[in-house]
Amino acid sequence: MVLNSSLARAGWRRARKVLTSRAVTALTVPHGVDRYLGLINPLWSVNEVRAVVTDVAHHTPSTVTLTLRPNGNWRGAQAGQHVRLRVDVDGVLRTRCFSVACSAHRADGLIEITAKVNPAGTVSGHLKRTARPGLVVGLSQAEGNFVLPAAVPEHVLLISGGSGVTPVMSILRTLVDRRHTGRITFLHYTAGPGDVVYRDELAATHPGVTVVYPRQHGRFSREQLLRFVPDYAEALSYCCGPPSLMDAVTSLWRAEGIGDRLRVERFTTQGLVPQAGDAVGEVRFTRSGVSARGDGRTLLDQAEAAGLRPDFGCRMGVCHTCTSVKSSGSVRNVLTGTITAEPGEQIQLCVTAPCGDVELDI
Amino acid sequence: MATRARIPQLTPEQFDELGRELDALRRELADDLGEQDAAYIRRILALQQRFEFAGRALLWAGWFPPAWLAGTAALSISKILDNMEVGHNVMHGQYDWMGDPALNSKMFEWDTVCPSEQWRHTHNYVHHTYTNILGKDRDIGYGLLRMVDNQRWRPYYLGNPVYAFVLMIAFEWGVMLHDLEFDRILSGRRKWSDTKALRRRMWEKGGKQALKDYVLFPLLSGPGAIATLTGNAVANLVRNLWAFSIIFCGHFPDGVADFTEEECEDETRGHWYYRQMLGSANIDGGKLFHIIAGNLSFQIEHHLFPDIPARRYQQIAPRVREISERYGLTYTTGPLGRQVGKVWRKIFRLALPPRHRSPFGTARRGRPLSGVRRVAA
Ligand SMILES: Cc1cc2nc3c(=O)[nH]c(=O)nc-3n(C[C@H](O)[C@H](O)[C@H](O)COP(=O)(O)OP(=O)(O)OC[C@H]3O[C@@H](n4cnc5c(N)ncnc54)[C@H](O)[C@@H]3O)c2cc1C
Repeated sequence: MVLNSSLARAGWRRARKVLTSRAVTALTVPHGVDRYLGLINPLWSVNEVRAVVTDVAHHTPSTVTLTLRPNGNWRGAQAGQHVRLRVDVDGVLRTRCFSVACSAHRADGLIEITAKVNPAGTVSGHLKRTARPGLVVGLSQAEGNFVLPAAVPEHVLLISGGSGVTPVMSILRTLVDRRHTGRITFLHYTAGPGDVVYRDELAATHPGVTVVYPRQHGRFSREQLLRFVPDYAEALSYCCGPPSLMDAVTSLWRAEGIGDRLRVERFTTQGLVPQAGDAVGEVRFTRSGVSARGDGRTLLDQAEAAGLRPDFGCRMGVCHTCTSVKSSGSVRNVLTGTITAEPGEQIQLCVTAPCGDVELDI
Repeated sequence: MATRARIPQLTPEQFDELGRELDALRRELADDLGEQDAAYIRRILALQQRFEFAGRALLWAGWFPPAWLAGTAALSISKILDNMEVGHNVMHGQYDWMGDPALNSKMFEWDTVCPSEQWRHTHNYVHHTYTNILGKDRDIGYGLLRMVDNQRWRPYYLGNPVYAFVLMIAFEWGVMLHDLEFDRILSGRRKWSDTKALRRRMWEKGGKQALKDYVLFPLLSGPGAIATLTGNAVANLVRNLWAFSIIFCGHFPDGVADFTEEECEDETRGHWYYRQMLGSANIDGGKLFHIIAGNLSFQIEHHLFPDIPARRYQQIAPRVREISERYGLTYTTGPLGRQVGKVWRKIFRLALPPRHRSPFGTARRGRPLSGVRRVAA
C-alpha cells in the first residue's frame, strides 16, 4: 500500500510535468488543462488539492467522520493542522475549516476529519446527511500552528471539549505512532459519554496515555486540574474546545506565567451574526491593510472614502465590475435587503452594506 | 423614425410602480436560485466540453470528409456554447453565487479572441448600463455602423452594408477591437497611446487563440494539418455568423427604441427598466434554439436582469410580457428569420441619407424626458 502510493506519487509528478508543459498549456487555452482532466476524473487537477471520500462513519448521532483520499497535489499535514474543505451544498460551493484528526504518520496516505453537526449551520449537517464514499471535495493544503515542536517534551497535556477533540486527537495519534516515551494526559470535556467520537480508540490506547473525562467532576477549574494533572505547569499543553473552556484555560495559564507552554486552536473566529442591517462594526480591507468604521454606506463608498480605488462600473448592481470576495462577516444587499454571512462569498461592493465586522479581500 | 414616436410615456408614479414591480420579480428569482440552476450550467459546461473534445478528435482525422464535417460542426457548437450560454452569461455574474472559480465572472476566460476583462467593460458596464442611449452606448453601431435614425448621416455610411458584412465574418475580431474605440481615436477624442495596455492584452489573448486554432492543433494532425486548419477556421466562422446574427437581433430590429442622454439624466430605477424593455428585442424559437442562442433570444428579460441565470428568462418571459402590455410598452419579438431580415433591411436603409424627416423627429430631439410628461402619439 505504501509502495503503491509512493509509486503513484512519482507517476503523478511525471504526468504533472507534461500537463503543465508549455505545449499542453497552449493547446488548452483559454480554460486550462484542469477543465479537461476533470472530464476524465473529477479528482484530477494539476494544482488543486481534491479528495475523494473513501469511508463515512457515524460514531455519534451528531457527528460524521470522513476518510478522504487526496490527489497527488496534497503535501501532507502536521499533527494538529486543519484544512479548508470545499463542498457543493445545493449548487453552492461552501468552504469550512476542519481539523485533520488522523496521525501525521498514517501509512495509507488517507486523511480523516470529523465534523460535528451545527444545527444552524450549512456544511456539517449536509455532510452528515449526504456524504457517501465517492464524494469529491476540494481541500486547501494543511494550515495552522497548532502543531508539535521539533523536540517534544516528556509530558504532553491535551485538553479538549466537544468537537475540539479533532486536532488533539491527531496529536495524540501522532505521538502514539512515534512511540513517544513520555506521558500523555488527555482531558476531554463532553456533554455525555455517548458523545465522544473516539471513545473506543481512547479506551484502548497505549500505556503512557491517561484519558480523563472530567465533566463528571464539574466544569474546568484549577482545583479540578490539580486533581488530575498536578504537574500541569511542566507539561506542554494543547487546548481546543468551546470558547468558555478555552477562555478558562488560557487565563489560568497566563495568570501563572506559563502562557508560552500552551497552544490553542480556536474553531470560531466571529461572534454572532447580526440579523439587523444597522449593526455597525469594522470594515477591514485585508489586501490593502486598511480599516474603517462601518457607517452604513455601501462598501464601495466606504472603500473609496478610505482611500482605496476598487474597480467599479455602473454603481447600481448591474455590471459586476466591483464584485469582490468577502472573506468574513455579514452583509446586506441594499437592493434586496438580503443578509448573508457566507465566508468567502462574492459580493457586489456597490450595492452591499456591512452589518457588523466585515473583511474584504481588496 | 415612425416607431420611435410611438413610444408610450409613463407618469412618474407609473415609473415608480414599474420599478417596484420588476424589483419584486428580481427578488423572487434571486431567492429561488439554487441547485437546479447550478446543475443546469454544469450540464451545459459538460456538454460544451464533450463537443469540444469530439470536435478536436474528429478534426484530427479531418482528411476523411465525414470526420471533417462532423468535427467542424461539433467544434462550432462547442465555441457557440462556450461564448454564449456559458461565457457571456457567466461573465455577467449570473453564477457568482455558486462560489465556483470555474464559473466566476471575474475569472472566466472564453474561447474567443477578446480578453474577458475588456468584454466585461464594454458589454457589462457600458452597454448594459447605458443601453441604447445614443452617444453613450457604444454598442449602437459599434463605432462602425449607422444603426439608428438618430445617428447623423455621413457619406461614410454609404458603406454600411459592407462594414456590417465584414464585421459579421470577422465578428470575434471586431468584438476584440471594440474597446479600442477606433472612431474616437480617428476623431482625436482618444489618444492611440492610451490604448497601449488594451492592445497588449489583445495581442496576448488573440495570439494565444490563433496559435491554438491555426498552428498547434493543425500541427498535431501531421499530414492532415490543412483539414484541421480549415475545420478550426470554419468553426470560428460559424460561431461568428451565429453570434453576430443573434446579437444584432437583440437591439437593432425595427420597433426598438433609442434614447438621448438628456432623457436619461438622473434616471430613476423605473426609467432604467423602461429603457431596457423598450431598447431590446426577443427572438422566438424552441428550447434548443434558446440554448444555442445563449438565451440572448430573451434579450428583454436579460436586459432587465442581466445577472440572473439565463435559463430563468424563458420562465419569466410571459410575466414580463404581461407587464409590458399593462404599461402599454412594446414587447418586440419575432422569429429569427424575420428579425434578421429586419436588421439587414435597416443596415441598408440607414446607409442612405434620410429622405424626409419624420414629423416627430425634430420635435423630439434634445427634450428632457425625466419628469416631463409627453403626449403619446
Ligand atoms: C481552524 C479550525 C478548525 C476546525 N476544525 C473543526 C473540526 O475538526 N470539526 C468540526 O466539527 N468543526 C471544526 N471547526 C469549526 C467549523 O469550521 C465551523 O463550526 C463551521 O462553521 C461549521 O460549518 P457549518 O456549515 O456547519 O456551519 P455554518 O453555516 O458555518 O454556521 C456556523 C454558525 O454561524 C451561524 N450562522 C451562519 N449563517 C448565519 C446567518 N446567515 N445568520 C445567522 N447566523 C448564521 C449559525 O448559527 C451557526 O451557529 C473548525 C474551525 C476552525 C476555524
